[in-house]
Amino acid sequence: MTNRLANNVSKQVMWNRLISIVEEQAQALVRTAFSTSVREAGDLSAGVYDLDGRMLAQAVTGTPGHVNAMADAVGHFIRRIGRDNIFEGDVYITNDPWQGTGHLHDITVVSPSFHNSALIGFFACTAHVVDIGGRGFTADAASVYEEGLYIPIMKLTERGELNKPFMHLVRGNVREPDQVVGDIHALATCNQIGHSRLIEMMLEFELDDLKEIASFILDNSRDATLEKIAALPRNSSTGNMTIDGYDTPIELHVTLQIHADHVTCDFVGSSGIDKRGINVPLVYTQAYACYALKCAIAPDIPNNAASLAPFVITAPTNSILNALRPAPVALRHVIGHMIPDTVYNALDKILPEAVPAEGAGTLCNFQVSLRPRSDKPASRQGQRAEVLTFNSGGAGARPSLDGMDATAFPSGVMTMPVEATEHTGPIIIWRKELRPDSGGVGKYRGGLGQFMEVGATDGHEFDFSAMFDRVKFPARGRQGGGDGASTVIAREDNSPMKGKGKQFVPHGGRVKLEFPGGGGYGKPSDRDRDLVKRDFARGYISAAVAQTEYGLSDADIREIETAIERGETL
Amino acid sequence: MSEFDKDQSARIGVDIGGTFTDAVLEIGNQQFSTKVLTTYSAPEDAIIDAMQQVCDRAGITFDDIDQIIHGTTLATNALIERRGAKTALITSKGFRDVIEMRTESRFEQYDLNLKLPEPLLPRQQRYVVNERVGASGEIYIALDRAEVEDLAHTIKAAGYTSVAVGLLHSYLNSSHEELIRDVLNQIIPDVMVSLSCEVSPQMREYERFNTVVANAYIKPLMKSYLTRLKQRLVDEGASCNVFLMHSGGGIISVESAAEFPVRLVESGPAGGAVFAATIAARYGLDKVLSFDMGGTTAKICLINNQTPKTSRVFEVARTYRFKKGSGMPISIPVIDMVEIGAGGGSLAHVDSMKQIRVGPESASSEPGPACYGLGGLRPAVTDADLVLGKLDPGNFAGGSITLNAREAEKVLRSEVGELLDMDAQTAAFGVVEMVDENMANAARVHAVENGEDLANYTMIAFGGAAPLHAGRLCEKLGISRLLVPVGAGVGSAIGFLRAPFSFEANRSFYMRLSQFKPALIKTLLTELQEEATQFVLSCDSRAKVECQFKVYMRYCGQGWEIPVMLSPEQAMHADEKIFRMLFENDYKAFFGRTVDGMDIESTVWAVNASTSSTTIPRANEMKYCGTSQVESTRSIFDPALGQSQEASVIKRSVMQPGEVVKGPAAITEDETTIIVPASREAIMQSDGCIDLTERKAND
Repeated sequence: MTNRLANNVSKQVMWNRLISIVEEQAQALVRTAFSTSVREAGDLSAGVYDLDGRMLAQAVTGTPGHVNAMADAVGHFIRRIGRDNIFEGDVYITNDPWQGTGHLHDITVVSPSFHNSALIGFFACTAHVVDIGGRGFTADAASVYEEGLYIPIMKLTERGELNKPFMHLVRGNVREPDQVVGDIHALATCNQIGHSRLIEMMLEFELDDLKEIASFILDNSRDATLEKIAALPRNSSTGNMTIDGYDTPIELHVTLQIHADHVTCDFVGSSGIDKRGINVPLVYTQAYACYALKCAIAPDIPNNAASLAPFVITAPTNSILNALRPAPVALRHVIGHMIPDTVYNALDKILPEAVPAEGAGTLCNFQVSLRPRSDKPASRQGQRAEVLTFNSGGAGARPSLDGMDATAFPSGVMTMPVEATEHTGPIIIWRKELRPDSGGVGKYRGGLGQFMEVGATDGHEFDFSAMFDRVKFPARGRQGGGDGASTVIAREDNSPMKGKGKQFVPHGGRVKLEFPGGGGYGKPSDRDRDLVKRDFARGYISAAVAQTEYGLSDADIREIETAIERGETL
Repeated sequence: MSEFDKDQSARIGVDIGGTFTDAVLEIGNQQFSTKVLTTYSAPEDAIIDAMQQVCDRAGITFDDIDQIIHGTTLATNALIERRGAKTALITSKGFRDVIEMRTESRFEQYDLNLKLPEPLLPRQQRYVVNERVGASGEIYIALDRAEVEDLAHTIKAAGYTSVAVGLLHSYLNSSHEELIRDVLNQIIPDVMVSLSCEVSPQMREYERFNTVVANAYIKPLMKSYLTRLKQRLVDEGASCNVFLMHSGGGIISVESAAEFPVRLVESGPAGGAVFAATIAARYGLDKVLSFDMGGTTAKICLINNQTPKTSRVFEVARTYRFKKGSGMPISIPVIDMVEIGAGGGSLAHVDSMKQIRVGPESASSEPGPACYGLGGLRPAVTDADLVLGKLDPGNFAGGSITLNAREAEKVLRSEVGELLDMDAQTAAFGVVEMVDENMANAARVHAVENGEDLANYTMIAFGGAAPLHAGRLCEKLGISRLLVPVGAGVGSAIGFLRAPFSFEANRSFYMRLSQFKPALIKTLLTELQEEATQFVLSCDSRAKVECQFKVYMRYCGQGWEIPVMLSPEQAMHADEKIFRMLFENDYKAFFGRTVDGMDIESTVWAVNASTSSTTIPRANEMKYCGTSQVESTRSIFDPALGQSQEASVIKRSVMQPGEVVKGPAAITEDETTIIVPASREAIMQSDGCIDLTERKAND
């Protein structure tokens, strides 16, 4: 065996190790963070970079939205801070939506890594903090200036010395100062953990720098990605999707082109900037478009500078998918989560039988602001609380599988337990269960959405901040599959409410929610009859749908109902 | 009883594993062990067979046995293979789909064709009742008895044999769940009932409902198995007490096990951890990493102060490459282990980035690794170990299989080498380095999650494949000492014999330090102590019971709580300042710093009652007293040096206490081979342990 061969093995080991190091870094953040979005839902990311700011490895977390944005971020930091100004013990910070990850709520922290007094690379991490001042987590601002505290790229710590005036400034500008400051410390700590592990690896393998391992990782990833792209048909196509928007519908358009060694994805023709804070900075558009393409084309190649580079994502300046400062961007995820389905609308024309039908897309999140009733004196002492929940509709059916029921896509975040939510304030979740008949019909059924019903405990009223889409434009089926059911939001007396925005609910009132289902795939007449019977037995579809859409007879229905009474499983 | 003193008790540990059933008989300080194939159709057959073998060897009869401690994978397997009873769930109206909706997330981000695991019970077997308890235990909607009676008749008509009851917030107010049980017992007395407030009284409905469903699902099966086993033992002449190992590392009565069979899940690996803990005690080691590697998986556990780390929730039946989130959560007190798909049979391949990947896919026992010569076409870890010289082809598994190195080289070349421009040996090096790295990474992440630094740890290795890999793992983890105990192949069964009677009772109870209520704490902990102690006394009414108190705490607003141990004094005379100090100390140990100005809250309280552990005599640690006579040498590849070395080969059985073998070396025995890397030397200890430490420089 030659040294060259042995060397190849140890580089493979080191690559594995770097991925493990960023996973440790991310774990440390999950365990120390305060914001529910980070600790419960996994809205964070972490990565390691070489001297030139090229990302070598990134932790797989719940947030594809950070994929590309994180890859670019460190380059911005190096430029802004200046190489001559980078010292051992430094920590840098920003929440710039255009140089970080798309809105002020995401704070990115970068720490240079030194080994034997020489700069060898960087660690970066991002987390969604609970509050950043301004108008809060809403689409209500007219510009980014109203959305909260802006932190340009700057030093949080210099040579180990914390920038205390900066921390005072943060404390004075946010609604939950302890938690936000706690999260900033958690971000710095997790980079430190990554750094310690990296140094251990460098000692073990007797490395002075990361140059050789960086080129090994990037070369192999580039080659593997290019091989996947080369295998695709050299073709172009367009795709589109119309979604609710805030006040007026929004058009998303994409032109996709497969070249020999890269894929371009241009969102030309999409709607212009919106007045509400649902605009998307280009970094976030790139993240979700790139995520969609990677899932379909090169799912097993880890994210790094080289594996992401062949995916070239563009959007016209000052369109809703490339909003420039000072456009309001707080709820950029509402549009951003719809990007993958838009891309798949185009990709399906080039690569048939590869991508799912449209799904719910945007997470069905809402925030409830509870307080003692104001119409008359409360009978007992009331309390105030802000409760944010994450929920999912149905995913689109796949070319050979049903869509996943009540499961997030493209986001990867988790819901919170109802029991935990009810411990955070005077809220009652009366219902949270699957919504039958909401999945689009098809050879493969769209994923089911879900029902929820929300109220307050005795003596309280609340504002309900809705962030839902797919009220007017449901998820479309593919290849003859039916559309998923639309979002429905109403009061307890069935009087309709709006899909987006803050709405008052008086004492005793409740909000009834029906979250959207995913689109079906293929003609319903081609569906396996046993699966139709199973779906009816389980109550995923009603007798009416089983008969009209899938052709079950009255006798079939009676047979299944009898089987259920006998406790038989179909 | 023949040669043994009547006063010495004879105890047998029996472990039913996936492939083998192990038995260890212990009389005084003598041990007799055996392995027989597990008999799936009637697991008790293998038990009787194995017990007969060890009794014959010791020259005793079944009548002489004083105690049998049993652990089994049957509960785990029933969950994995979905072989449970016809079971119904009764739950709160509006929450029929909790066990199906899971966390609403995907455990694998980039797989568009991901399949989520099916819940244990399909939707039509989940029934709802109109009732609701609030987050403070208050009743919003009272349960109507007549509605439950109607439902009981529906369940009767459908012919269910087991019913799980899981209602929202029942861990705070169990009255509705209890009412349902009363009605079911009255109308359908033959149907077994499991209540979530008893099986797992913890907040978080998905975990609690899933746990009570799993319990109900395997209850008829386990109850019938345990009843059959007891009867069979009596028929065979063994009328002694039988106890069961549980997942928390203690033992419980057959009756408790039959009532809460979900607590038997992963009892075998728990026995392994207890085994390692006793070795730790024998050597006075406070920080130990136990490493158990078999044919398909490796398990890693942290053992601090001779006590395995425990956790409140774990995942069983992972369906997707052992990936977190792809199984079902079970929230019971459990020994906290990481399990990864890395064993002797794990298969290697080269992925699209020209990276060598190993596992979790595994060669089954037939055809097995290519070197078995039974037609295996893909390289397994055992093939790579053989090509690197770590195994003696003529003496594998006590000589029962002759290994074919040519076949191993062939598949390593064709499946790995040719794709990467490597010869067979380099390919083997790559495969072994990768599997060792995977295990080392799992150990590192596990240590981080527990706020530990492995540098000060000692590794204790057992299981068939562990001694081949443990030395390299220590090099990778910076661990300087490794112990390979005697009986490593039947470690779990030995562990059963060392386990105390124990039971952990726990309950969710939220309280901020700013609203500290010492009296409530005292009441709560007294109740938990009573509950846990009663369990232990039901096994052994004369036992001296010790209680450990634990509270899980976090900063308000955090989602991750850390366990804080309390002394009985601190628990019963709770003081806010002391709680704060204990929490901050532990938090700092985990994360390096505390957070000023934040309130702290408790979430779950736990009391673990156990019989006082017998004092384990310390091993007489040997110093160097000569070098072992080396029988032969062979070429073994040393990964740290990146080249082959001429290594000493010596039988474990001929090494005398105090004798030393310097690495590189292979110490052989029937079941396995201990590889001593060039960086280490091995000394035989007085109790038969092989003790590997770093060689001094210039030595």
